[in-house]
Amino acid sequence: MAATDAGGAKRDRKSRAAGVAERLPLARAVLLPDRAPRMSEFLQQLINGVTQGSVYALIALGYTMVYGILRLINFAHGDVYMLGAFFAYYSARWYGAAQDPNPMKALLVLVTAMVGCGIAGWIIERAAYRPVRKSSRLAALITAIGVSLLLENGGQILFGADPKFFPQIIPLKNIPLGGGVTISNQQLIILAVSLGLMGLLRFIVLNTRTGKAMRAVSYSHTAASLMGISVDRIVSFTFVLGSMLAAAGGVLVALKDPKIEPYMGVLPGIKAFVAAVLGGIGNIPGAVLGGFVMGIAEVLVVGYVSPTLRDAIAFVLLIVILLVKPAGLLGKNVAEKV
Amino acid sequence: MSEALLRLDKVTMQFGGLKAVCDLDLEIPAGSLYGLIGPNGAGKTTVFNLITGVYTPTAGSIHFEQRSIHGLRPSAIARRGITRTFQNIRLFGSRCCRDNVCIAQHQHTTAGILDAVLRTKRFADDERAMQQRAQELLEVMGLGEWGDTLAAELPYGQQRRLEIARALAGKPRLLLLDEPAAGLNPQESEELMHLIEGLRKRFGIAILLIEHDMRVVMGICERIAVLDYGVKIAEGNPLEIRNDPKVVEAYLGEDVHAADATT
Amino acid sequence: MRRALWGVGLLAVIWLVDYIAPRMVNAYIMQIAVLCGINVILAVSLNLINGFTGQFSIGHAGFMAVGAYGAAMFTLGVGQSWVAGLVAAGVPAPIAQGIALSVALVIGGLVAAVAGYLVGLPSLRLRGDYLAIVTLGFGEIIRVLILNIEAVGGARGLFGIPVWVSLFWVLVGATGVVLLSRHLAHSTHGRALFAIRDDEVAAEALGVDTTRYKVLAFVMGSFFAGIAGGLFAHFLGYLNPSSFSFLKSIEVIAMVVLGGMGSISGAVIAAILLTALPEVLRPVKDYRMVLYALMLIVLMITRPQGLMGSRELSWPRFLKRRKAGAAA
Repeated sequence: MAATDAGGAKRDRKSRAAGVAERLPLARAVLLPDRAPRMSEFLQQLINGVTQGSVYALIALGYTMVYGILRLINFAHGDVYMLGAFFAYYSARWYGAAQDPNPMKALLVLVTAMVGCGIAGWIIERAAYRPVRKSSRLAALITAIGVSLLLENGGQILFGADPKFFPQIIPLKNIPLGGGVTISNQQLIILAVSLGLMGLLRFIVLNTRTGKAMRAVSYSHTAASLMGISVDRIVSFTFVLGSMLAAAGGVLVALKDPKIEPYMGVLPGIKAFVAAVLGGIGNIPGAVLGGFVMGIAEVLVVGYVSPTLRDAIAFVLLIVILLVKPAGLLGKNVAEKV
Repeated sequence: MSEALLRLDKVTMQFGGLKAVCDLDLEIPAGSLYGLIGPNGAGKTTVFNLITGVYTPTAGSIHFEQRSIHGLRPSAIARRGITRTFQNIRLFGSRCCRDNVCIAQHQHTTAGILDAVLRTKRFADDERAMQQRAQELLEVMGLGEWGDTLAAELPYGQQRRLEIARALAGKPRLLLLDEPAAGLNPQESEELMHLIEGLRKRFGIAILLIEHDMRVVMGICERIAVLDYGVKIAEGNPLEIRNDPKVVEAYLGEDVHAADATT
Repeated sequence: MRRALWGVGLLAVIWLVDYIAPRMVNAYIMQIAVLCGINVILAVSLNLINGFTGQFSIGHAGFMAVGAYGAAMFTLGVGQSWVAGLVAAGVPAPIAQGIALSVALVIGGLVAAVAGYLVGLPSLRLRGDYLAIVTLGFGEIIRVLILNIEAVGGARGLFGIPVWVSLFWVLVGATGVVLLSRHLAHSTHGRALFAIRDDEVAAEALGVDTTRYKVLAFVMGSFFAGIAGGLFAHFLGYLNPSSFSFLKSIEVIAMVVLGGMGSISGAVIAAILLTALPEVLRPVKDYRMVLYALMLIVLMITRPQGLMGSRELSWPRFLKRRKAGAAA
């Protein structure tokens, strides 16, 4: 019986493989190459991923800079991103930026949000983090968790728990790039603004005295202060910078996904943090790299594997990088001197 | 000729491009008092770290009591019979002195966790013996009344002694002391010197000593090895070392030597 | 022999408390008391990891979840039929339930201990902050996993768990974990854990296998978190993954930190305070989380060592101070 049915068994195996391949696009590309998804679809996903990644990079930069100078994981950073979106929301309504949309008003909204969050970051650092700088690392971690809870729940009381809808201060326009791939003007703006801000940050860190001071403080507080650097001022400056970048991220995302609510910073905060760890926490180019990797990975996983895994991919990446190379892609392992 | 207690054969430690220790040969006989000296950065503490397993040599081998200890983790090497003190004091600050010494006896405990939790007789006996021995060791080091004081509250000189008491508690056959006289005034150094010599006789252990205080080194060491930039440049008894031109040069620089030659 | 008598005596006292209490206070307060007890077990078990050994574990709710679901699944699958069988054979119901509950709790604890082992072992190479991140990630992954596994109810939750837990069981659990912690602390193994916290390099150099002990701390801590989870499951009768979120982990951390890291009595006091306080603050429910957050921040700024620091509540010291006070 088995001998005569050999041909049928082979046929069964093939059709089973085809069935599996139907359900998983990635498998489809491997097992049934003639029905692989088109290149244009992949490019589109790539564009989406890079756009998403640039926002993650903006937020990740804040995490990495604060960790670099304070060895503190600023749990509240994701909530500053949320504040940015809300500051932008209220200022957009104040300036009437949605009534007659124009780029100047949109820019004003962005700047207002960034300045507002810069101030917020400054306050948080002075009031909550500076007093515990001398205490243990765990104390600082718990303070950060407390600030995060405060911002989320305080935001819920202040803004109300129901989501608000960010006004269209830049009306959507899709720009075809040929071959079925399009990019929206919003995505272009997101990319332009984030890359611009990242470039500005790079300039500050590498080409200004303050930037040099920041790098010095990240190596050693004591040595830096012995060189005449006011560690307190540099720490404040770093917090302000990081918060402004996060605010920009919040505004840019609100352009694309207008629904904003007090807990919107939780998931992006975690993902951006993972991105920072991925690139090497404390390492600025690493944060940018990590952000883009995170964004692209997320979009590709959602598009080609399964949409329900979108939030899980961050944790998977986290576990993998911590087990394989804890110092991160661009990080260096600094061993303790015995 | 008796076999050496500790033998390093062509041990090299390389960090990236830097050779911290280069082709080191060292033999420590049992029960001896051996000194390791050299200018700052010569690699002396690195040698300690290699012997105690904090680092694994990039090349060469280390044998203790004729068995290789290459690649073993520090706690395993401690259990084999090598304990140490540290250049920067590393006491368990939140624990009292007696507890600090008791912890070092941990490797000799026979009572398991279940015994501890259920408070069996085996646990009670074990614990009593440990506390007793800890008190004895404290007294040997002159810290008898400080048993209940928190280690962090001890004056500096006593902290150094506590570190030694702690290292002794592990019942080592080789004791590594990393700059035990650092920060002590001349009188304290003198006392420490006699104490260390006494320890050797009392417990029959070999002691390897890193020190900068030449009085201590020349005073008690039987043999001395000199390290400079990771390389052993001299070895011998104190008299030989004192007169060795290479040693003088390493510590004081070439100019002095040249100046000596011209006068 | 003497110890066995002590044990029986303790159980008798607990049984008495469990008998009298419902007749003295209403059901609402009884419920708070049980929740206090569960949180005491959680806080004291986390104290083994964070307080004794100095490891940054911030995903404790994950271990609790594993234990809760593990125990519940055992009861629903096997335990209930055991009870039915025993009762049919003439065993009084409370005793049959007690046996089944004990087994379920131990199984929940063991499953959680395995999870603790799996999390602890690879993470030990990581520096403090990284360990915190991994434990956080683990806690979240557990929650997401449970959400997506239909067999344990997924997002809807797990229903129909028999309610077998009363104050008695919770008190037994709490007493057990406190005694274990105390005995451990005053033994060479506890000292090894403290040594690791104070200076890991020195501990290793003196013969303490730091990896073994760090993993041990994780396994013990997660075992008891699992027991707490099992008690929780058999008290509520129903489980939902949202009960085991990062917020729950933070609540437990807050208890350990408020009490003083390393202090067993501190963890007990703080657990009771932080369980009872939100109930007292119920009228200002909306502001509850804000007040909670403020408390955390203010505590860290003003008294980071917590209520007890690293000291313990001890009768001899209390008496000494009263004598000194009276003499002055």
